[in-house]
Amino acid sequence: MAEMMYWQGILRAHDEEMARDPLVFAMGEDIGVAGGTYKATSGLFAKYGDQRVIDTPISENSYTGIGVGAAMVGARPIVEIMSVNFAWLAMDQLMNNAAKIHYMSGGRIRCPFVMRVPGGTAHQLGAQHSARMERVFMGISGLRVVTPATPRDAYGLLKSAVRCDDPVVILEHEAMYNLKGEIPDTEFFTPLEGVEVMRPGKDISLFAYNISVHWALDAAQKLAEEYGIDAEVIDLRALRPMDRAGIAASVRKTHRALVVEEDEAPVGVGSEVMAIINEECFFDLDAAPVRVHALDVPIPYNRRLEKAAIPNAADVVAAVRKMLGR
Amino acid sequence: MDATDQKRLLREMLFARRFEERCAEAYHERQIGGFLHLYPGEEACAIGVLEQARPGSDYVVTGYRDHIHALKSGMDPKALMAELFGKEAGCSKGRGGSMHLFDPDVRFMGGYALVGGPFPLAAGFAKAIQLRGGDEISICFLGDGANNQGTFHETMNMASLWNLPVLFVCENNLYGIGTAIERSTVEINQYKRVAPYGIEAAQCDGQDIDVVMAHAERAIQHVREKRKPYFLELMTYRLRGHSMSDSGAYRSREEVEEWAQRDPIGIYQRRLMDANVISGEEFHALDQAVQDEIENGIVRFAVESPEPRVEDVARYVYVEGDK
Repeated sequence: MAEMMYWQGILRAHDEEMARDPLVFAMGEDIGVAGGTYKATSGLFAKYGDQRVIDTPISENSYTGIGVGAAMVGARPIVEIMSVNFAWLAMDQLMNNAAKIHYMSGGRIRCPFVMRVPGGTAHQLGAQHSARMERVFMGISGLRVVTPATPRDAYGLLKSAVRCDDPVVILEHEAMYNLKGEIPDTEFFTPLEGVEVMRPGKDISLFAYNISVHWALDAAQKLAEEYGIDAEVIDLRALRPMDRAGIAASVRKTHRALVVEEDEAPVGVGSEVMAIINEECFFDLDAAPVRVHALDVPIPYNRRLEKAAIPNAADVVAAVRKMLGR
Repeated sequence: MDATDQKRLLREMLFARRFEERCAEAYHERQIGGFLHLYPGEEACAIGVLEQARPGSDYVVTGYRDHIHALKSGMDPKALMAELFGKEAGCSKGRGGSMHLFDPDVRFMGGYALVGGPFPLAAGFAKAIQLRGGDEISICFLGDGANNQGTFHETMNMASLWNLPVLFVCENNLYGIGTAIERSTVEINQYKRVAPYGIEAAQCDGQDIDVVMAHAERAIQHVREKRKPYFLELMTYRLRGHSMSDSGAYRSREEVEEWAQRDPIGIYQRRLMDANVISGEEFHALDQAVQDEIENGIVRFAVESPEPRVEDVARYVYVEGDK
């Protein structure tokens, strides 16, 4: 078991998969000679050459489409979009082609395409570099959408995505690339479906994903230490398809639910999880589920305003205390 | 080309024409739904170019006016017609429709509704060929209208930069849906638009299949041997509307009439008759045989084929769930 950073986990997954299969290749802006904006592909250009580690022009839709085309005939592309805001430009190829080709060909053509996308609010990057788009991706039939909260899953999800015959979008976080954590020395694969219990508890279920898992874990610790509340933290991890049974199992145990997300509230992970709870286990609830989410604004540049726009662990603590009346 | 092949080509173009006319009938009878974009007038383009390619080995992709490209790539016409009728025996199991024909067994890769969407896919097939090695090529057929999409410029740049073996065939039928090319595009000669990307290009008559084949032979040889893209512009015309719902208000009857004089089947038929390859009687018999095959073999198969099962509506969303 070695301690590695999030970006190192991603790099290791690339390296292992590229060494194993000559049809695995990586594309994106600045991923080759420059080594990647977040170092997640550093050293691969020297090792695998310019045919397999491809610096692309700034043409998101078409290099995404080239990846999709290559995937349709048996190659295994890993396409990096430098910032999730730029993924809007690639939505035609992702949504109209990658996501639909297997279905609309009656199952005759597969698209083992992987898109890696850094996103989220980092440090004063402004509205056009701070978005989250999970609510868009998770609404597209045919895609798989996963999001790693730890270095272990940054590694294990990419490993699984490359081996998967469906198109997979991996949502990473710009503020988490230097996060440290344990990654097993032997090869392993994080499943592309299913939740993970990050901290068992009995009083309330905190549903989170990606960076908000850390807010939830911090909040759970504070709730235990200062208020005697035993919160369960669930990493949703797979946003599409979402693990309905896993969500319901936790709610049946704790009878209370809170969803914390970095994105704005309308139409998103929180609303989806709450709908699933309604449909699966409404009568197990002791209280109305609550969402903690970003304000419904484009992310501002000013540091104080930026901080005010997105939630944190203290917001989770306050919401839980209010729900439990403690 | 010997007389046997010449007659086969004439038959293929005639078959394409009668097939599309029969589709129009079926559409009016509401046996075919959705959008239907037919190819009459442009037969020499797909058939002439692909005559010089290696169907089943070279990858072929196109837009929504895709029936004849699929046929010439080797798709079974029964599977095509069954798809149009929405049947389980269709090439896409009734999930695709006219605009989404697929047959990976013969490397016909679709069938796309978004104008310009196939450009990068074609380059992607070529990228996979490049990684695997081998002398296959990728062939992308699109209309002039697609060249005003960003994907045209982005893909030309990358295909040339990375030496991808793609033949881009532009079927220039002078209209993007119902807008004349000179009203939408500054440079109406499409082959000139790839010059800044360092891609070799040519323009030729798309109505005369002999001319198309001569140019396609050079173009395919360039792509196959030099492992670089090539852009071939074929000047053509669709004799029917853009789709089945077309007002026709954007072009004059005289213009359509003028192009009908240059019908690719008429041109080739006259040439073969002048050379005594085929007689008028033989042509008539050929036409009858083609229509019989379409009616009694193909349409009947489509009509009699079963619908997909409603219980299967959620199949094929994911590969994993379909094992």
